[in-house]
Amino acid sequence: MNIEKFVREFADQYDDISTENFTAETKFKENDEWSSMTALSVIAMVDESYSVRLTGDDVRKSTTIQDIYDIVSLKVNG
Amino acid sequence: MNNPFSLKGKNILVTGASSGIGKAIAITAAAMDAQLHITARNEQRLNETYNSLTGPGHTTHIADLNIDAETEALVTSVSKLDGVVLSSGIIKTLPFKFINEGELNAIMQTNFTSPVLLLSKLIKSKKLNSGCSIVFISSIGGNFVGAKGNAMYSASKGAINAIQKVLTLELAPQKIRVNNVAPGMVKTEMWENSTTFSAEQIEEDAKRYPLGYGETSDVANAVVYLLSDASKWVTGISLVLDGGFSVQ
Repeated sequence: MNIEKFVREFADQYDDISTENFTAETKFKENDEWSSMTALSVIAMVDESYSVRLTGDDVRKSTTIQDIYDIVSLKVNG
Repeated sequence: MNNPFSLKGKNILVTGASSGIGKAIAITAAAMDAQLHITARNEQRLNETYNSLTGPGHTTHIADLNIDAETEALVTSVSKLDGVVLSSGIIKTLPFKFINEGELNAIMQTNFTSPVLLLSKLIKSKKLNSGCSIVFISSIGGNFVGAKGNAMYSASKGAINAIQKVLTLELAPQKIRVNNVAPGMVKTEMWENSTTFSAEQIEEDAKRYPLGYGETSDVANAVVYLLSDASKWVTGISLVLDGGFSVQ
């Protein structure tokens, strides 16, 4: 897995706000767009791109994109 | 007086009887003195339901209704019926932009195509007695409300309600009734095994139901009414079971 690619894939789940400045350290819930729908999209993206089942709880306990990346990495290698 | 809600002497087929709503319906209908003919894919779990049925005369039929030959075998082996409950179903939560052909076909096959084809074969084989009651387990989703991420499931349940209206008219001359129950969120294994939503999200969602989430017994009791002679003038309806959710 590649963190830069993952950040772009993650950012792609937002439709309204500018995500150009998104990095691994971006706190992905701290913006005007984040919602339960974005969470569903992130879960679906991870399933589609990495064949990994991210849970609603994984998203809830995560703060940065790096946090999600680390969970997905663990599951990909697990 | 005769209890009009009793199912005594009725032979009733329940699909998806190995878990959740289907299992609760089978157990409740047996308790109301029906003979149950239960079907599902998983033999061990279906036997667990079978062992929970009170009274004599029940049968089990292992079948994957997505496989035509297994549906045919079920239709051949089952006795003539006074009730059919179509309760097999799956769920998959995906934002609309992520739906794909494989997932869409799978959910439409299991929730719509397979139960409908089973019913068609039962009718063609003259397995339904006059006065038989058919009950689909539909949903408020796709019929009365939408829920984000629920496009595919909603489509499958909307299709059930569409076909029900036609069946109601086609089968009325034989006094066969066709009804739906339309539950909101019911606590089942299918839902608990879904990991898409966190416990906090589920707790928040439950607060949107004036009477809270439903239990499988809430659905089973409504289905017993629709199977019984108490509802002999009732056909073509969707009985909403949602603790007041959809009136808001």
